[in-house]
Amino acid sequence: MTMTTPLWEVFIRPRNGLAHKHVGSLHAADEVMALQAARDVYTRRGEGNSIWVVPSAAITASDPDQAAENFEPTADKIYRHPTFYEIPDDVGHM
Amino acid sequence: MYSQGLIGADNRTEETPEFLARFQKRIDAEEKIEPKDEMPEGYRRTLVRQIGQHAHSEIVGMLPEGNWITRAPSLRRKAALLAKVQDEGGHGLYLYSAAETLGVSREEMTEELLSGKAKYSSIFNYPTLSWADMGTIGWLVDGAAIMNQIPLCRCSFGPYARAMIRVCKEESFHQRQGYEIVMTLAQGTPAQKAMAQDSLNRWWWPSLMMFGPHDADSQHSDQSMAWKIKRFTNDELRQKFIDATVPQAEFLGLTIPDPDLKWNEEKGGYDHGPIDWDEFWRVVKGHGPMAKDRIKARKKAWDDGAWVREAALAHAEKRRARKIAAE
Amino acid sequence: MAVYDALLELADDHLILGHRLSEWCGHAPMLEEDLAMPNMGLDLIGTARTLYDHAGKLEGKGRSEDDLAYLRDEREYRNCLLVERPNEDFAHTMLRQFYFAAFMRPFWLAALNSTDVVVRGVAGKAEKEMAYHIRHAGEWVIRLGDGTEESAARMRDAVEALHIYVDELFDSSDDARIAEAAGVLPRRADLRGAWDRTVAEVFSEALLEQPRAAYAQRGGRQGIHNETLGHLLAEMQVIHRAHPGARW
Repeated sequence: MTMTTPLWEVFIRPRNGLAHKHVGSLHAADEVMALQAARDVYTRRGEGNSIWVVPSAAITASDPDQAAENFEPTADKIYRHPTFYEIPDDVGHM
Repeated sequence: MYSQGLIGADNRTEETPEFLARFQKRIDAEEKIEPKDEMPEGYRRTLVRQIGQHAHSEIVGMLPEGNWITRAPSLRRKAALLAKVQDEGGHGLYLYSAAETLGVSREEMTEELLSGKAKYSSIFNYPTLSWADMGTIGWLVDGAAIMNQIPLCRCSFGPYARAMIRVCKEESFHQRQGYEIVMTLAQGTPAQKAMAQDSLNRWWWPSLMMFGPHDADSQHSDQSMAWKIKRFTNDELRQKFIDATVPQAEFLGLTIPDPDLKWNEEKGGYDHGPIDWDEFWRVVKGHGPMAKDRIKARKKAWDDGAWVREAALAHAEKRRARKIAAE
Repeated sequence: MAVYDALLELADDHLILGHRLSEWCGHAPMLEEDLAMPNMGLDLIGTARTLYDHAGKLEGKGRSEDDLAYLRDEREYRNCLLVERPNEDFAHTMLRQFYFAAFMRPFWLAALNSTDVVVRGVAGKAEKEMAYHIRHAGEWVIRLGDGTEESAARMRDAVEALHIYVDELFDSSDDARIAEAAGVLPRRADLRGAWDRTVAEVFSEALLEQPRAAYAQRGGRQGIHNETLGHLLAEMQVIHRAHPGARW
């Protein structure tokens, strides 16, 4: 039987001021080796200054089948956006 | 690097026409498909197979060039080649990760490779016989790969497209370092120049074969094109490659080993002589000169590494137990 | 020419160990390690190149980094014996790396105050690289030492095989002593305490014991190597030597 080494998702912050962004995944037996592997695999060309690794199994994702009920009801709430409101140009930038 | 057109894919689906039409509409609207989205079983199977083949090609592709790292003739070349072969390992890793989003594990894919069930690009079943091959592989094989990979950055399957964007960014140094090696040899001693020409002679035709069979003989092309897994046909990409490469060879003063190669004004591209498809199929079917050695080397690395992987898992288990005990 | 010779010793250590790591490329126990080992190898080869270049300039005979790397024989190579030891298995390779980095980290930290500007520059870069090598190789020593029965046995074998090459790290050749007296390089003997602490820390987690060598093997600095180095050099130098004067 083949043993499987756990999968980890890797997030890198390119530089301070930006958020960590998902860049890919890798395999490692534990969190220490996962961080080192992330460094060796995903930052060979100066891609970042901070790394997060998260066990892929720990991620809870929304169901694509519920995408419509999750995300479509927001589409007609146009009053949430600034352009919904009419302000005369004379008032200046707001 | 690259896995040539899909070998032996099975695109059959059993979904209803309505479902397939709905899916096709998303594809036609250039929507990306993400791993948890509903997709035809054939689409999923095609991707698992293609991404797997592509990943295996990167991993097996480490071997022919790895063969020369320890003999690189200058420290500058040694560092560049080591970094390049390392990149190929990275590309394999990104691609395995993309395939894993479809529910197949890296271990399963590795076992398919080692058992001979999974294919990989047949170019890597040719031997690297001189230092010039390091140049030629970068120039031609990576050049052919880039032709194929740039359109894959727009592939309809999100994780594959994202992996390819990362691969393409890194790959651009490979072709340049290869061409620079060949250029240095072509401008070097008579022995170096002969080495470069011999290498071009051996790699030219296998490089053209990398694009896969002619469109007329390619069974799986149409469906992959419709699903936008593939954006150009084998022949289109092959033509682009030839048109780009011929002037590069001329610049080096090297001769492409095809007496029938000539410019066709009307089509605005080069015509080339017949490709030896018997050789192509022979190599695809596992009779390439290095096929057995490649799989043997991968199997040895995997088997010899088993105790390391086991130890890492065993230690992780102990760490977890200790952590729980401490809480 | 003592400083030149002392820099050559250091450069040879880095090139030979980098070469050994590069032998793994494509054959590692897992893909992630196929990326990790070349990273370490590239660090070492990079340092070797800077040191060769600098040594060549100090020598003043117009010898390039490649002349120094490719056109010297076993007897002229000055690396310590530890770095030329064969890869054997992953346990040997990681322990060898850990031993070397545990020495070089304090070495480069001390060399940050070198009287030689190039050495200072190398030190600034290399001490960080070595800190990572200690962490990466050290974590593997821990995992293999405290992993399975098999991995623990292999790790103990590696300790048994390599510990006799440790003491040589702390020897200074006559050339090195002159470079040390001139403040170009740190005194090797002074680094023992730091090395012992690093190793003890990792070994206690790895459930390993560091034996005292009953008899330490030495000779690399005088060009008295093990037989393995000649084969390494034969392979490394073959193409370069087959085409005298060629550019690559």
